This record gives sequence, structure tokens and C-alpha cells, in this order.
Amino acid sequence: MVEHRPLRDLVAYAVLSLGILIFAFPVYVAFVASTYDAATVVSGNLPLVPGGRMLENYYRAVFVGGSRFMNEPVGVLLLNSFVTAIGIAVGKIFISILSAFAIVYFRFPFRKTAFWIIFITLMLPVEVRIYPTYKIVADLRMLDTYAGLILPLIASATGTLLFRQFFMTVPDELLEASRIDGAGPLRFFWDTLLPLSMTTVAALFVIQFIYGWNQYLWPLLITTKDSMQTIVIGIKKMLTTTDELAEWQLAMATAVLAMLPPVAVVVFMQRLFVKGLVETEK
Amino acid sequence: MANVTLRNVRKVYPGGFEAIKGIDIEVGDGQFCVLVGPSGCGKSTLLRMVAGLETISSGEIDIGGRIVNAIEPAERDIAMVFQNYALYPHMSVYNNMAYGLRNRRIPESEIKTRVEDAARILELGTMLERKPRQLSGGQRQRVAMGRAIVRQPKVFLFDEPLSNLDAKLRIAMRVEIRKLQRRLNTTAIYVTHDQLEAMTLADILVVMNGGRVEQIGNPLEIYQKPATTFVASFIGAPPMNLMPIEGVRAQLLGADAVPAAAGQLGIRPEDFELGDTVPAGGIGLDLRVDAIEHVGAETYVYGARQDVGHTDSLSATANDVIVRLPGVASPQIGTRIRAVAARAKLHLFSADGRQRLSV
Repeated sequence: MVEHRPLRDLVAYAVLSLGILIFAFPVYVAFVASTYDAATVVSGNLPLVPGGRMLENYYRAVFVGGSRFMNEPVGVLLLNSFVTAIGIAVGKIFISILSAFAIVYFRFPFRKTAFWIIFITLMLPVEVRIYPTYKIVADLRMLDTYAGLILPLIASATGTLLFRQFFMTVPDELLEASRIDGAGPLRFFWDTLLPLSMTTVAALFVIQFIYGWNQYLWPLLITTKDSMQTIVIGIKKMLTTTDELAEWQLAMATAVLAMLPPVAVVVFMQRLFVKGLVETEK
Repeated sequence: MANVTLRNVRKVYPGGFEAIKGIDIEVGDGQFCVLVGPSGCGKSTLLRMVAGLETISSGEIDIGGRIVNAIEPAERDIAMVFQNYALYPHMSVYNNMAYGLRNRRIPESEIKTRVEDAARILELGTMLERKPRQLSGGQRQRVAMGRAIVRQPKVFLFDEPLSNLDAKLRIAMRVEIRKLQRRLNTTAIYVTHDQLEAMTLADILVVMNGGRVEQIGNPLEIYQKPATTFVASFIGAPPMNLMPIEGVRAQLLGADAVPAAAGQLGIRPEDFELGDTVPAGGIGLDLRVDAIEHVGAETYVYGARQDVGHTDSLSATANDVIVRLPGVASPQIGTRIRAVAARAKLHLFSADGRQRLSV
């Protein structure tokens, strides 16, 4: 924008601030709730300024564990979630970049068929194929393992399509120049295609990390041991009580902690993103 | 250093389309061969076949005494400069040039020497650490050339390397390419659709049309004695005037009769003069001046022939004749002029234009 109109700026900022407020307020309430004792939180009259039990609550959440139903400390849950999310993100990127490479750059029988089969899996998210997937994972004795948490969520049509679209915009001459420069297919992939794809890789990593981190149904189904549970499940279980007071302050502390890694990934990757956008040019 | 020989080379695409219909070319060691033709004539396909980027349906390509039909591009000992340069965007200028050498496991010290030599020749010395996007079009072009030079190939292949540059730079780079090729004395094959580029660069000019060779030869020879009407109209700007011989046959009955097979007559715009007397056996055309273009050193006069029926259509027709006059000539639009040409300046072709006949 070239023009500078104070009134318009004011309105724009007002709308923006309102939006931020709406989005940020629940998060703030969660944070405030994590700094009081259980009774205050449950009473329904939560003050708007943080209380004094922050350190204690967070200490208990991270190292001791919550209710009778959820005895693992949050540290373990965070680790589980982290391993799962990283595994899913890295695995998806690895599989989909290679399959896109095959589909775009190689001529093999049934190439089109392979592409369409991948495409069709878009219509089959985990929830739809949950029974057969569970059966397979159970038969492979992967219940309560990281492999069981990660592998079924790796196959990704989205990633493959994204990389395919990107590869198709890479000029053919780059491939031809590589061939003349004596680079075989894998060398071309490693030396040229992968560096050019870094922006796409970063974008996909962010999306898939958060996708993996937020998984609920699948981890709920295949993990029975507390020590293998992810943080999202952990929060849910903390609130499961029979007749005593639910420890909301611990659940909220856990929720706040659960938010941090995805935020960190977005913030860190965004920097890479922008760098990638600035540095690559086709 | 190598000869490049193409023997009856054909390219048929799986769909049945025949892009190259049997081509024989022989390029001597150190010669600069230019393939020229309109878009879609197969010149780029042919170059890519020499490079190994397209398969050869039949025939043989021989580089330096070795049949390369089944050899990978990297093993053919060629280097190629692409139209869009195809520089690796994420690599520095240095690495762009060094990449091919590293893949051939040439020692790093040797690579350094070669890249620095090339950078010196191409005046890229201060830019070795930059990325391609930080360079201007002309500099990228040089890097692409540098990447070709450092390989010390037997043959340079150029695929319209100058068409992304502006007109002024194109002329400067054209001269540089020629100098460089002379200096390195490396055989080169160069594809272009620009007939001026073709004329100025070539030792051997190959004019192609529709997947066939129309004419091969020294550029001046081709200019002076085009083998077909296609070559006649493609080489030279403005193009040769071509007209059916019927209307002017009577005039040409001079010293020698015109061959009976002759169907078309061609005269280059610069071979006309303005005058009243038609030279013996030559030709004189009465024209109405329709348009004049002054380009400084010369003037192009667009005239409509008055001896045949003509329309008032604005587009050029077979009855329009271009006359090129030296300096600033001043016929007025709408006036009548007579353009005459000597018999020695005339070109005769068969009716279908496929054959040149002696005058």
C-alpha cells in the first residue's frame, strides 16, 4: 500500500486486535487456571490474573503425574508425543518425496495407476480404515510401540501430491543439465531436487508435525500402557475421575505444555521457510 | 577436438510423428555448424539427439570416430548451453561450473584451475561466490558458457542460447561466442531461429524445414545461391521477393531463354535499382509505392506490382515487392516507380520451389 490513511489503519488494527483477543483469550484462561489450586478452578470464579501456585502445579505435572487414572508424568507423555509427531512428519516427507520423484521422473509400467492409487488414499483417512489398520497393527504386535503409533499414519497422498506439483514446476533443463553433468537419478535427486524442495519440505514438516501431535483417536486405540500414551490422551485421562475433584489445574498446565512444541516448530520452521523462499528461485 | 557426423538420422515419436526425416550432416573438427529453421522444424530435436537427451530412432551419430547412439549424455564428451541456461539455482557460480567435474571425480585442485581459467576468460572472476539469481541475464549466460568450457568437451552444443537476452546484448554475446569457439578451437553445433545469428556465426549453415535439411553449405553461398524457395525466403532480411514467372517470362527472353521448368522467380530486395531502362535479359517492374521504411543506412520501399491485378488489401500478397535502396531514398507514397534488376541477379526455381534452376 502506497497511501497512508490513519483512519483506515486504525480500523484495520482494531479488527486485528479483536481477532487476536478472541483467539488468545481461551489460551490465557488455560494458563491462569494452571496457576491456582483445584478448588479455585472448579469454583467457577477464576480470577483474571495468575495465582501463586504456578511452580508447584507445573512441577507436579511434569515430574509427578496427575490423577489416579493417569500416573505417568507429563515429561514422558511429551516425549511420546514428540517421537510420534517427528516420526510421522519425517516418515511422511521421506515416503512422499520419493514416491513423487518416482512418479514425476521415471517412466515405468502402471505409473498412472500408481499415481491414481495414491490419489485415492486421500479419501481414506485413518478414521475410515481404522478397523483393518488396527487389525494389521495388532497382528504385527505393534500395539503399545512407537512403530504402531507412527507407521499407519505415514502413508500420505497429500505429501506426494504436493511434491509432485512442485517437481512439475522444476524446469526439465535442470534434469538435462544434470544428465550432461554426469549425475545419475539419485544424484540429481540429492544434489538438485532436494535442495530446491526445502521450502516444500519445511511446509510439509510443520503441517505433519502438528497433524501427528494432535492425533487422538489412533493413539487412544492402540496404546494401553500409560508409559506409551501421548500428551493429548494424557490431558483427557487426567480429567477422568470417579468421585473426587478433577485436577483441572494440572490438566491446564499440561495443556499449556502440550502447546509449546508445536508453537516452537512453527516459529522455527517459519524462519527456514522464509529463508527458503528468499533463496530458491527457479 | 572431433568431427561430428550424422548419417541418415531419424526421429519418430511413439505417436508416429516423424520429427526428423533422415538427415546427413558432417561437421569438421573445430568447425562452427549452425542449424537454422522456423519453429517446429526439428532443429532442437536434432541437437538434443546429438546431446543424448533424445533417443535416435534410426541412423547413426558419430562424435570423434565413436558411434554414440547408445551412450549416455555424460559419456559423449559434449557440453550443452541451454536457452534458459539451466543453472542450478541453489549453487554458487563456482559450484555450477564445478558440479560436472566433481561428478567425474576430477581432483579438486584441477577443478579449481579450470573454473578459475574459465572465469577469467568470461570475466566472471568476482562473481564466483554468487548465486545465479544475483546475476544479470548476460552474466548467467556466461556462467552457462563457463560450465560448458570447464568440461573441455569435444563438442559444444548450443540450444538458442541468446534468445533470452535483449537485442544489444545478443549481438555482443554472439561475437563473444564466436571468438571463444575460435580460441578453444572446439567443434560447435548451434541452434537458432534467427537467420542473422546463423549467417554471422556459421562455418557451415544447415537450413532445416519440416524435419528435413533444405540446404547445407557456407552461409554466403547459401545466401547467394539458395537451393529452394524456402531457403530463399528464410535467409536474408527483408526476404527475397518471389513471384510466379508467368507475368514476367516475356521480359526475360533475352540473351538466353528461360528454362521451361522454371515456375518462380526470385530477386533479393537489394538487387533492385530504380531506373527506366531494363537491362538486357533482366527484369523491370512497375510499382506503386505503398510504404517506406527508413532505417538510416538504407530504405525499404514496399511496392505493389502494377503489371498484375492487385487488391487494396493491407496485408502483403504475392504481388508486393520489397526494394532495398541505399541511403535515404525518397520516393513518395502513392507514386509510381520502376525497379529493375540485371539478369545475373535473378534466381529461378521450379514451380514447386523445391529446385533451383540456372538462369
